[in-house]
Amino acid sequence: MSDASYTGQGHGAGVAGLDGAYAKSGEARPSDYIALLKPRVMSLVVFTGLVGMALAPGSLHPTLAATALLCIAIGAGASGAINMWYDADIDAVMTRTQKRPIPQGRVTREEALGFGSVLAIGSVLVMGLAVNWVAAAILALTIGFYVFIYTMWLKRRTPQNIVIGGAAGAFPPMIGWAAISGDLSLLPVLLFAIIFMWTPPHFWALALFRSDDYARAGVPMLPVVAGERETRRQILIYSLLLVPLTLSPYALDLAGPLYGLGTALLGAFFLVLAFRIWRGRDDRAPKHMFAYSILYLFLLFALLLAERGLGWGA
Amino acid sequence: MAGRDEDKRRRARNIALALALGGLVVLFYLITLARMGGGGQ
Repeated sequence: MSDASYTGQGHGAGVAGLDGAYAKSGEARPSDYIALLKPRVMSLVVFTGLVGMALAPGSLHPTLAATALLCIAIGAGASGAINMWYDADIDAVMTRTQKRPIPQGRVTREEALGFGSVLAIGSVLVMGLAVNWVAAAILALTIGFYVFIYTMWLKRRTPQNIVIGGAAGAFPPMIGWAAISGDLSLLPVLLFAIIFMWTPPHFWALALFRSDDYARAGVPMLPVVAGERETRRQILIYSLLLVPLTLSPYALDLAGPLYGLGTALLGAFFLVLAFRIWRGRDDRAPKHMFAYSILYLFLLFALLLAERGLGWGA
Repeated sequence: MAGRDEDKRRRARNIALALALGGLVVLFYLITLARMGGGGQ
C-alpha cells in the first residue's frame, strides 16, 4: 500500500457526529482535562527537561527553575490537547486511544482546542517573562513542531512521520538547558540527537503490534505502508545508530564513566532486543522493545542526573 | 439523576478552576519575589 493512498484522507473524516451528536459541553470532569494533557508522555518530557536543567552551567532561583519545569510540562500537555483536537477522528477508531475524553464524548473538540491553545500560549509567555526568551522560543518551537509539523502535516501523509516528528519530543533537554544557561552548547544538542534517534525504534516497536489499529485509522505507519519485515530492519538500523550516539557524551568528555559504562550495558541490551525483532521469530519482541525503550531512555538520563548529583560528571 | 450528576461535575470543574487560578496567583507572586530579589539571570 502506497503513501498516496492515505494522502487524501481529510482530518475529521470517518467519525460521524464527532462534533455534536455525542460530544456535548458540560460533561467533563477535571480528570478529563488532565487526560487531554497526556500525563504519561508529559512525565518523560519533564524528566528529560529536568536533566537538561541539571546539566546546564549556571544557576537559577529555585522558584524560577520550578517555573521553567512547569512551563515545559504545561507546554507538552498543551501540545497533547491540541493533538487530541486534531486527531479526534483517528483516536475514535484506534483501540489504544478510544478511551480518550473526546472519543468518549466527555470533552468537545472545541473545548480541547481552547484548553490546549490557552495553555500553549500561557506556558510560552510565562517561560519568557519569568525565565528567559531563549527557552521560551525553543518551547514555542517544540509546541509548533508537534502541532503543525507532526500532527497536521506528517502524521497522515508519510511513514517518516515519527522520524521527523520525533524532534518535538527531543527538544525538552534543550529547553531545560536554555532555561538555566540562556544559550545552547554541544551537550544539549547531543541529548536532542539521542532522543531523536531513539524515537523511531520506540514507536515502530509499538506500531508492529498495533499495526491493525493504525491501518484501520489510515495512519501510514511503517508496518502498514512498508510491511513488518522492512519495519524490523529499520528498527535494527536506527538502534545500531542510536547506541554509539548515546556513548558520544562520554567519548567527548561531556559525561563521566558511570554514564559511559551504564549506557554501554543498557545499549547492549537494546541491541539484543533490536536483533530479536529483526530475526522475527519472537512475537513478543516488539512489546519487550517498546517497554524497554521507555526504561532505557529514562535510565540514560537518570545516569547523567546521578553523575551530576554525585559530582562525577565530566 | 442526570442533572445531579451534571451538577457534581460542574462543581468539580469549578473547584479545579479555582485551585488553578489560586495556584497561578501564588506562582506569579513567588516569581515576582524571585525576580525582584535578583534570582533571574
